[in-house]
Amino acid sequence: MNRGIILVIGFVLTFGSSWVGLVYLPYTQMQRLEPYSNELSNEVYPKPLEGSAADGRKIYIANGCIYCHTQQVRNAEFGPDIARGWGTRRTVARDYIYDTPIQLGTMRTGPDLANVGQRWSADWQHKHLYNPRMMTPGSIMPSFAFLYEKRPVDESTPDALILPGPWAEPGFVIVPKPEAKTLVDYLLSLNHSFDLPEARE
Amino acid sequence: MSADSFAVERARIDASTRLPVLVWFASALFWLVFGSLAALAASLKMHTPEFLGASQALTFGFIRPIHLNTVVYGWSSMAGIGTLLWLIPRLARTMLVFPKLLVFSAIVWNIGVLAGTVGLFLGMTTGIEWLEFPPFVPPILTFALLIVTFCGFATFRQRNERHVYVTLWYVLGALVWMPAVYVIAVTLCVYQPAPGVVQAATNWWFAHNVLGLWLTPIGVGAAYYIIPKVLGRPIYSYYLSIVGFWALALFYSWAGMHHLIGGPLPTWLVSASVVGSIMMFIPVLAVALNHHMTMVGNFHHLRYSPTLRFVVFGAMAYTVVSFQGSIEALRSFNVISHFTHYTISHAHLGLYGFFSMVMFGCMYYIVPRLTEWEWASAGLIRLHFWCSAIGITLYFVALTVGGWHQGMMAQDASIAHISQVEFTKPYLWARSVGGTLMLIGNLTFALLFTLNLMKLGKRRVGETTFRTPMKAVRVS
Repeated sequence: MNRGIILVIGFVLTFGSSWVGLVYLPYTQMQRLEPYSNELSNEVYPKPLEGSAADGRKIYIANGCIYCHTQQVRNAEFGPDIARGWGTRRTVARDYIYDTPIQLGTMRTGPDLANVGQRWSADWQHKHLYNPRMMTPGSIMPSFAFLYEKRPVDESTPDALILPGPWAEPGFVIVPKPEAKTLVDYLLSLNHSFDLPEARE
Repeated sequence: MSADSFAVERARIDASTRLPVLVWFASALFWLVFGSLAALAASLKMHTPEFLGASQALTFGFIRPIHLNTVVYGWSSMAGIGTLLWLIPRLARTMLVFPKLLVFSAIVWNIGVLAGTVGLFLGMTTGIEWLEFPPFVPPILTFALLIVTFCGFATFRQRNERHVYVTLWYVLGALVWMPAVYVIAVTLCVYQPAPGVVQAATNWWFAHNVLGLWLTPIGVGAAYYIIPKVLGRPIYSYYLSIVGFWALALFYSWAGMHHLIGGPLPTWLVSASVVGSIMMFIPVLAVALNHHMTMVGNFHHLRYSPTLRFVVFGAMAYTVVSFQGSIEALRSFNVISHFTHYTISHAHLGLYGFFSMVMFGCMYYIVPRLTEWEWASAGLIRLHFWCSAIGITLYFVALTVGGWHQGMMAQDASIAHISQVEFTKPYLWARSVGGTLMLIGNLTFALLFTLNLMKLGKRRVGETTFRTPMKAVRVS
């Protein structure tokens, strides 16, 4: 084949087929997805994040949590996600209609976080972010201590963390910065347990 | 045309590419060193999380995308562009057009990668894997890439060689595909985000096509040129190479969704992609057979030709990594390997074992022809080869074994997640050792390249080989 133009047509056709199949068709299909409203309870799901949790999502993204944590629960046929307590049902496309940029993730160095808001308290999350090994011995998660301030105990605030036994530093308290508070608000908001009809099977 | 005048013509064609190709290569090597340092830091953090842990900009979540983006856009893309800018004029038998414009495009590309990297250090990530560079970067990279595409095709249009060799198909295809995939992906993921999971689909369609339609065609195309060239014999089957090319163009572009198996996407979408991944057996088999049959009876050349040793290592890694990739897309296999270090090891076998090794081999061939200065030391080339080859092998074996067991443990709900983490630590240490060797190899090559550019070291008569060839064939 010595005709350049035929080559280029071939390039466009082969490539174009995958664009139509993997990008354009899902786009047209998914564009129609809307929040589900339960007519009996008048509940609408999902709702866009607001306020502090929405700000916290930006902290989650900026710190690259996605590189070790997924936010997707799969059916039992793909693994014991539900048996591990990571969710009560699989997650479906409708769960993510307000998630931009989407944080599905492809790596589970750490556990899945799709329903982490159901599992831990704010206090646990703060201590774990401050020093993961304090709460989970053997963890390889980075410490996010830079999201916290160390203050003399006489400047303490109600937010101050009470560090367990050997980790406590007498005379000082650890206080979350605003970024840490919003991040924890976001983590607590993560809950994909709403009963969506398409996720039942 | 006599052999002499042919050699003169070829030398003039090579000379027309000198400045732009060397600028693209030198920049590539800068980013290779930078990206490998980031890689090693990220690797150490995975088993020793306190290492460099005090500063936010040096946490794993920052360093990992810095590593990925500098080695993909800095090292791999720039080495690939340098190589194809040298290949196109040679195969078209014409001078490279607008060499100064291509130097300018390299500068623009560097500005884009640098600005993106600074942005990542400042926490401006988009949060989309493989597209983390802040939103002001893609237009800069696209502009530089379109200049390269334009000059590539303008050179091709002026060709004096009627026959279009298969290498040209691959590299010209890459020059069409990459700008298209990149622009579509940044549009639907960053500027006008598509709804929810379509972002994920577009994201992995893109990330996989950076390998499949950009780096792989450059690497495979270069191997199709370099292997016969060094051996002085034609490719085994030209028809097989044609089948291989079109099968790759069609099937590879469909493969990306296997990163989302089991996820919240329509089943038909993932299934279509799994089919594409499995069909990749065809082009891979075609390339493997073709390269292998060309090499048969000539493996002794690996003993003295640095170029051939690197390219053949890369070509073999391509076969392994591609078969592995097809198998990973099978659902029963994917259930275990998904979400584990197994995938990371697969990606590195592709980007380093295959692509980077082919690029090293090409540079060993191309650079002396541009600088008219031979490589300073066969010993250093040997050090480079063995550090890189042993390093990537150790990396691959450690994370493949560790990742597979990690996946088996993940399938058993009675094993706590933290036990998987503890289990993988020795394998992550082994990865750091392999990664250190790869870094030493990369630094050695950067040193050799610098010595060559500055014409340091003693002037050599004839080419730098590992040992004197047994037959008087032209090798490098």
